[in-house]
Amino acid sequence: MMAAEVDDYRDMLRIRLIEEELLKCVQDGRVIGSAHLCIGQEAIPVGACRALKSDDPVVATYRGHGWALAKGVPPVQFIGEVMGRDSTLNGGRGGSAYLSSPDHAFMGENSIVGGGLPMTLGLAMAHQRRATGLIPAVSIGDGAMNQGNVHESLNMGSVLGIPFIVIVENNGYAEMTPSTDLTATPAAVRAAAYAIEAIEVDGNSASAVAEATRRARELAISTQRPVMVEAHTRRLGGHYSGDAQAYRPKGELEEWGRLDPLTRARSLLDPTVAEATYQQVVAEVADAFARAAQLPAPLEEEAMKHVYAN
Amino acid sequence: MSTPTDAEAITYIRAINLALDDALAADDSVIVFGEDVGIPNGPFGASKGLRAAYGDRVFDTPISESAMIGAALGSSMAGLRPVVEVMYADFLLVAMDQIVNQVANTRYVSRGRLTAPMVIRTQQGSTPGSCAQHSQSLEALFAHIPGLRVAVPSTPQDAYSVLRGAISSDDPVMVFESRRLYPSKGHVRRDADARIGVADVVRQGSAVTVVTWGTSRPLCEEAVDSLALQGYECELIDLRWISPWDTETVLASAARTGRLVVVHEAVRNAGFGAEVVSTVAESLGGQLQACRRVGTLASPIPSSPVLSAQLLPSVDTITRAILDTIGEK
Ligand SMILES: Cc1ncc(C[n+]2csc(CCOP(=O)(O)OP(=O)(O)O)c2C)c(N)n1
Repeated sequence: MMAAEVDDYRDMLRIRLIEEELLKCVQDGRVIGSAHLCIGQEAIPVGACRALKSDDPVVATYRGHGWALAKGVPPVQFIGEVMGRDSTLNGGRGGSAYLSSPDHAFMGENSIVGGGLPMTLGLAMAHQRRATGLIPAVSIGDGAMNQGNVHESLNMGSVLGIPFIVIVENNGYAEMTPSTDLTATPAAVRAAAYAIEAIEVDGNSASAVAEATRRARELAISTQRPVMVEAHTRRLGGHYSGDAQAYRPKGELEEWGRLDPLTRARSLLDPTVAEATYQQVVAEVADAFARAAQLPAPLEEEAMKHVYAN
Repeated sequence: MSTPTDAEAITYIRAINLALDDALAADDSVIVFGEDVGIPNGPFGASKGLRAAYGDRVFDTPISESAMIGAALGSSMAGLRPVVEVMYADFLLVAMDQIVNQVANTRYVSRGRLTAPMVIRTQQGSTPGSCAQHSQSLEALFAHIPGLRVAVPSTPQDAYSVLRGAISSDDPVMVFESRRLYPSKGHVRRDADARIGVADVVRQGSAVTVVTWGTSRPLCEEAVDSLALQGYECELIDLRWISPWDTETVLASAARTGRLVVVHEAVRNAGFGAEVVSTVAESLGGQLQACRRVGTLASPIPSSPVLSAQLLPSVDTITRAILDTIGEK
């Protein structure tokens, strides 16, 4: 048994258990509003962040809880932010869908589909000019591949020679519509149109994603261009917390559930180690929720602060 | 689909559904499209049952707002009457060029040889927990653009009539619905006045003229109802349309009351309330004794309801503004 496999299981499980509890929070009112969960996709942020340097900046989408946690954002503060409390992240301004933690090189979620691509290009431009050696990465859904912003950024990154990594999480759906109904050609084919390398990977295996991201990072550096990783995965829940999923064909969830990355990660472990890890994460998550609930509400007088520099 | 009788109260979102249904039935040049609009019946249910009833006249698009709005423009130039749905008003911003540089100029530059009889339906406003990119009220941006018509309906009846009026209009119309009011219920008469730019005098009174639209209307109703109990009879006007807007009704009312309060959920700075107040001030001069604008304070809208409550208009801030114009605390 290798330590890496235990780590993968533990980190994915932490994301899963936190999100399952957050879903309950949305339902019982501890979280006001909605949440877009990454249940079934945890291997992507966990695997990718294994390969990225801890200071490599990451930009995610509204489905970004896994990315925040994989970048090392402390669970108590993360949960507090989603609960609208005075967390050290955004003090309740971000919430589930728009939180950030620059201290952990987590540059933020984004609730505009494709909106994170242009700024990732810019982050990469700055890191290249300053020779920091860091390579920014952005996660988007497959649906975002149909936004002009994405195409402008890939082309511009390619012609200007800017290295960054675009991770396309192809989870089968864009909201309620199957991805294949919306997209004329796969993401990797489009990458080729901009003369950038694309790596396709099984997104339900953290080690495969880590390996693909490692290669992508090397290629970004050696080609001085954007590199795409298309991670094939399955969304094992609704588009968001309130989604009744009436559009899903019968039996699909059961079938997709068999590909659950967490079940797979656990099957690689010695059963006693797996169980001990499970119990440890259950306790850790319960403790994080208890402590997050103790965080104070944001101060009302903070509401108008930080609109401008002074 | 069963259609409601005139006596039956229906929700705001159902009223939109009914208006789309009636427009599709009445005119086969009407098409309806957007993200998740066809097979999934619409992200909020506005197009429920319409794909089944009208086939490929109601269809899904990729997440490509520029292409969607441009496609509405081109198809309207070629004789169709497209109704395109943009899920949140915040997403209009990725298609700004199409709306402002392309759609709005079509009629003017071609001297009417080309027209854009299209409708962009969207919804806006803050709901508890929604983030800064899903909370904005953006109608003023578009009222600023010559060539566009802009409506902000607040009741099921107005949602129905405004949309029917918009679809029959020969100009491009943007309809800003209210997500928060989608579940609210009311009676809908399908033969109600659907004229563009006509305000609704919700309540008559002589103390103060209160002008509002969209999501703020129920807050204003609550404020003026409770002020009535204290003896202040306010006139409440729901503009329904801000481009064009019913200057005649507002001026006549303000001339009678001499006091004006304009309330909207959009940010107060450079909001459309400023246009209403200055139009009235220019016309009435000294007859306008006092005026106030109520809107969201100049900040992005935070997700936490504790914080957003500090910024958004409330019954309390509206009541205080009204009392201010009367000179009462
Ligand atoms: C510009 C824009 N258009 C529409 C939306 C509404 N929306 C939010 S998520 C989503 C689906 C995105 O699908 P995909 O990119 O595949 O990512 P997934 O949600 O599957 O992770 C849509 C249409 C949005 N947030 N931004």
